[in-house]
Amino acid sequence: MTAYLITSVSVVGAAPTDLLIRDGVIAEVGPGLTAPDATVVDGTGLVALPGLVDLHTHLREPGREDAETVESGSRAAALGGYTAVCAMANTSPVADTAGVVEQVWRLGREAALVDVQPIGAVTVGLAGERLAELGAMADSAARVRIFSDDGHCVADPKLMRRALEYVKAFDGIIAQHAEEPRLTEGAQMHEGEVSTRLGLIGWPAVAEEAIIARDVLLAEHVGSRLHVCHVSTAGSVEVLRQAKARGVRVTAEVTPHHLLLTDERAETYDPVYKVNPPLRTAADIAALRAALADGVIDVIATDHAPHAVEDKECEWAYARPGMLGLETALSIALDVLGPEWDLIAERMSRTPARIAGLTGHGVDPAPGVPANLTLIDPAARRTIEPAELASRSRNTPYARMTLPGRIVATFLRGEPTVLDGKAVK
Amino acid sequence: MIKHLLSGGDLDVDTATEILDTAAEMATVAGREIKKLPALRGRTVVNLFYEDSTRTRISFEAAAKRLSADVINFSAKGSSVTKGESLKDTALTLQAMGADAVVIRHPASGAPHRLANWVDGSVVNAGDGTHEHPTQALLDAYTMRARLGRLAGLSVAVVGDVLHSRVARSNVLLLSTLGAKVTLVGPPTLIPVDIAGALAPGTDVSYDLDSVLPNVDVVMMLRVQRERMNDSYFPSAREYARRYGLDGPRMRRLPEHAIVMHPGPMNRGMEITPEVADSPRSTIVEQVTNGVSVRMAVLYLLLGGNNR
Repeated sequence: MTAYLITSVSVVGAAPTDLLIRDGVIAEVGPGLTAPDATVVDGTGLVALPGLVDLHTHLREPGREDAETVESGSRAAALGGYTAVCAMANTSPVADTAGVVEQVWRLGREAALVDVQPIGAVTVGLAGERLAELGAMADSAARVRIFSDDGHCVADPKLMRRALEYVKAFDGIIAQHAEEPRLTEGAQMHEGEVSTRLGLIGWPAVAEEAIIARDVLLAEHVGSRLHVCHVSTAGSVEVLRQAKARGVRVTAEVTPHHLLLTDERAETYDPVYKVNPPLRTAADIAALRAALADGVIDVIATDHAPHAVEDKECEWAYARPGMLGLETALSIALDVLGPEWDLIAERMSRTPARIAGLTGHGVDPAPGVPANLTLIDPAARRTIEPAELASRSRNTPYARMTLPGRIVATFLRGEPTVLDGKAVK
Repeated sequence: MIKHLLSGGDLDVDTATEILDTAAEMATVAGREIKKLPALRGRTVVNLFYEDSTRTRISFEAAAKRLSADVINFSAKGSSVTKGESLKDTALTLQAMGADAVVIRHPASGAPHRLANWVDGSVVNAGDGTHEHPTQALLDAYTMRARLGRLAGLSVAVVGDVLHSRVARSNVLLLSTLGAKVTLVGPPTLIPVDIAGALAPGTDVSYDLDSVLPNVDVVMMLRVQRERMNDSYFPSAREYARRYGLDGPRMRRLPEHAIVMHPGPMNRGMEITPEVADSPRSTIVEQVTNGVSVRMAVLYLLLGGNNR
């Protein structure tokens, strides 16, 4: 196994030092290290973070390999600075059995670009009617701990209660896509001024907030862990703030796009801006950013959602919702938060690793810890060209935007997956 | 002149006025023995209709033919569209055939905006989803100006299912540009959120038709589908008609000079009674006639007929 010596790198924003990687772990940390057998990576001007961990990725395999595969999504993740991603269950077939989650897990191992941790469906076929075999998925080789019907809300309160209770047996967590389905029938975008002007059916903020309010009460009642996917409204932040103040075991994520883009993007009717939950208002963005800084929102998760061209190059109402995110998330975080490296490490690596139970990830580089890390050039600026992305799909909302920061290298257990800004395989 | 007509908001005062003035000239053609001008000879206008709307399609067809354009009717029914061809592929086909203008009616809001990215010719929105129908707003403005002599300062009530109405959105935008004051009237469930901010500042909302009627110059009744009651927008057709329908007694609350409009097709007995629809105040038949003149003006100006 090749050893790597990273010189003069700032670890999570601290004064420059050297890192020696050997046998999959960080062997030494300190200035002036020498290792004649090691490949030297010049870290001057770069920042090292623990490898990023994404709680919310759609890899599309099995079923829509034309949009993404485990391998292409893993490559996109590595290029984005990730060393672990949690793969959502809404594949075809749905990841609602031990067989499917093990298939995804095995494909991730074969690609060997990031650790792919499958998420299991809460209900059979995401239909919201009866529980999937959660225990079998937990006991499988994939060791599933997060369960989610993402794309669909577990709307039935009794079913949600049972799911929250049931997964306590194996320290599982339910990740809820908070959307009251009766309030969002046919919904196309955020309900507000812009939806009125564009004549598109509105997705009201209350449809998210009502489910989060209900779910934190259910989680409190049964003493279970709840995770809220892609929080998008100021009202949701307030519900979460109060729940956390009461001690409810709830965590929450926000996507990069909900931190940056508003519903006014829909004015072009270009479905590249169609996403679920929808882009909201500037006031929502301000509340989400504040919540991310003060900890009411725990995690930035991408909701990376690749879609084939034909599913986006069409009428708005007929397009599938979702945006690419893995290769741009760090840049958006840097743009939104500034060079707050400790906060970025907390929200994009340490906390998501802890929520997902991914030991070995989300740990700052120190002697003896697994060498899962990424190197960022914070001074670089890059213009996003969809054709240059590693994802099989092109539906990035950041096309031709110039964003700060560039991933220079990523290491997974001591092996580089990205060097000089390029995937090694 | 603008290249496409996608929204009532695309038109400033000068452009809208030019269209209305041109329409008045076009109207004189209808009075001739030979109702035809050579202005668009050799030009191709495609009517691309993804929804059944015979009245709008034949209005555009008549307009194009009176200008001597070649007209191709492309209906979603019985075409490659039903075999799953995408809007983009259809657009590229029309482009390859050399369409100078595409008139599109589509059930999805914003489809004409998408189409305009994919063809070189002019795109005219003939109604998209619950978004807009700008030529309807132009013919409504034309009708008001013809009947009442002006648009600036007029008070116009638009009554009914504003939420789902493309006619209402285009009318609010255009009438506000032209200096008329619009009040939207309907049950709160059928008035979209933030309407004034969304469309035009100064747009009023009322839930009480009777209080609005004595102060308006124009009352425009919108078509209300009975099926909306199945989605709890209102309890029953009967209650809707009682609160928001225009009947004889209500019509008599209007000022002497006020006119009653309806974009058609009407639900007689729902939003309007036969007594009102067939009264001298009603402009419903004139609106259809004016529609051809206004659409002639739009096609003529968009295709640069005045520059040749």
